[in-house]
Amino acid sequence: MSQFTDWDILRNLLLAARWTVLLSLIAFAGGSIVGLLLTFMRISRRRSLIWVTRIYIEIFQGTPLLMQLFIAFFGLGLLGIDVSAWTAAALALTLFSSAFLSDIWRGCVESLPKGQWEASRCLGLNYLQTMRYIILPQALRIAIPPTVGFSVQIVKGTALASIIGFVELTKAGTMLNNATFEPFKVFALVALIYFLLCYPLSRASQYLEERLNVAGKRA
Amino acid sequence: MSLVSVRDVHKYFGELHVLKGIDLTINAGEVVSIIGRSGSGKSTLLRCMNGLESYEQGAIILDGMEVSTDEFQVRKLSHSVGMVFQSFNLFPHLTVGENIMLAPKLIKRVGKEEAKKLAMEVLEKVGLADKFGQYPEKLSGGQQQRVAIARSLAMKPKVLLCDEITSALDPELVGDVLKVLEQLAAEGMTLILVTHEMNFARDVGDRVVFMHQGKVHETGDAKEVLANPQTPELQQFIGAVL
Ligand SMILES: Nc1ncnc2c1ncn2[C@@H]1O[C@H](COP(=O)(O)OP(=O)(O)OP(=O)(O)O)[C@@H](O)[C@H]1O
Ligand SMILES: [Mg+2]
Repeated sequence: MSQFTDWDILRNLLLAARWTVLLSLIAFAGGSIVGLLLTFMRISRRRSLIWVTRIYIEIFQGTPLLMQLFIAFFGLGLLGIDVSAWTAAALALTLFSSAFLSDIWRGCVESLPKGQWEASRCLGLNYLQTMRYIILPQALRIAIPPTVGFSVQIVKGTALASIIGFVELTKAGTMLNNATFEPFKVFALVALIYFLLCYPLSRASQYLEERLNVAGKRA
Repeated sequence: MSLVSVRDVHKYFGELHVLKGIDLTINAGEVVSIIGRSGSGKSTLLRCMNGLESYEQGAIILDGMEVSTDEFQVRKLSHSVGMVFQSFNLFPHLTVGENIMLAPKLIKRVGKEEAKKLAMEVLEKVGLADKFGQYPEKLSGGQQQRVAIARSLAMKPKVLLCDEITSALDPELVGDVLKVLEQLAAEGMTLILVTHEMNFARDVGDRVVFMHQGKVHETGDAKEVLANPQTPELQQFIGAVL
């Protein structure tokens, strides 16, 4: 059995962290695209669309991410669709994120005063114009802090992908632990790397939130 | 021909019968004050007149158009009727100028230069020409409300609906807004105001409509009705507000 130096451990963890970052980015980008679509469906005035998105959101918010990963990985496999751990993880995390992001964004749209809609309507703006010029610009502004905040959940959520065999930070930690029998050192480093990824994001979210509050108070 | 004609309009909020057969005819150039107790249906009536609320029975004709909440119809109506709210409802992410130019550009396809000219024109009318580039949050309540009036005027409406537009203002700012209304009235603009400003209703208004429990309870020439209320309900109301 080969010997691992501390440097080897750290290097391997950092290499694996690339996949954590990449998976997070994919999940965030994919989740944003699907989430945006869901948000528009949800705030449309079509009853059927609203129901579809409601059910979608309930399912993905009401079940553990781990089960979603299992279904994406093993379930699709059983159906004869061959998915790699990569694809399954990216897919499950995208769908999971989209449900939460669309819920956050819907909340932002709905938090705008009713008077904004009414004033737009009185001026003759139609639904799409009101969205485009009045609602979305304001909703976007208040959506940024909670969206950045949720990205922390995505980063931490990628750890579950280790269970279906996707080698990211956590999985690499498990493997290194099996090889070195130094759980404390290995997992402390794993935790540290997660922290270094997440802390700036949560700080950014707090900072944006505060700045927004200050701006809001002037109004 | 009348500019606004309300005929036997009934409105329900679920079980609640809010408007119980309103009849009202308003001619071009008239200044009509709608008064009445809280909950009597004043706002609801006003909001029915420009399609913000639906009504279940009767008809409202404004500038020859049937009023409904249909989006296409509301858009057509926006050329004829403007509305100013108690809470201003300016768009906070847009400057004063942008607030005013938005609808003329989008709805009337007015060009950039002309929109700007139009905005300055209406801003001058409300005495705020120097605020063109400001954001609403930098203005006082009274100034914001005058911008809101200017924004409505930019669509060149024939009727302006005002729902308690001075009620949210500090007392010392009310006068500036009322002065703008008075000037509009003098220029011949048709105004329909829900208001608690009895002095304004008497001195500037042509007609008073007293609403009580979802009906027009008493109506007539402003000075006369306020000086000699006929029904006990209006007598009591005037006694309470003066
Ligand atoms: N969107 C709504 N849903 C349900 N009920 C409503 C709604 N809007 C108003 N109402 C009810 O309709 C009645 C009339 O309300 P309206 O706002 O027209 O009264 P108002 O005369 O303008 O009163 P105020 O002087 O307090 O503004 C009230 O009983 C009110 O509670
Ligand atoms: Mg009211």
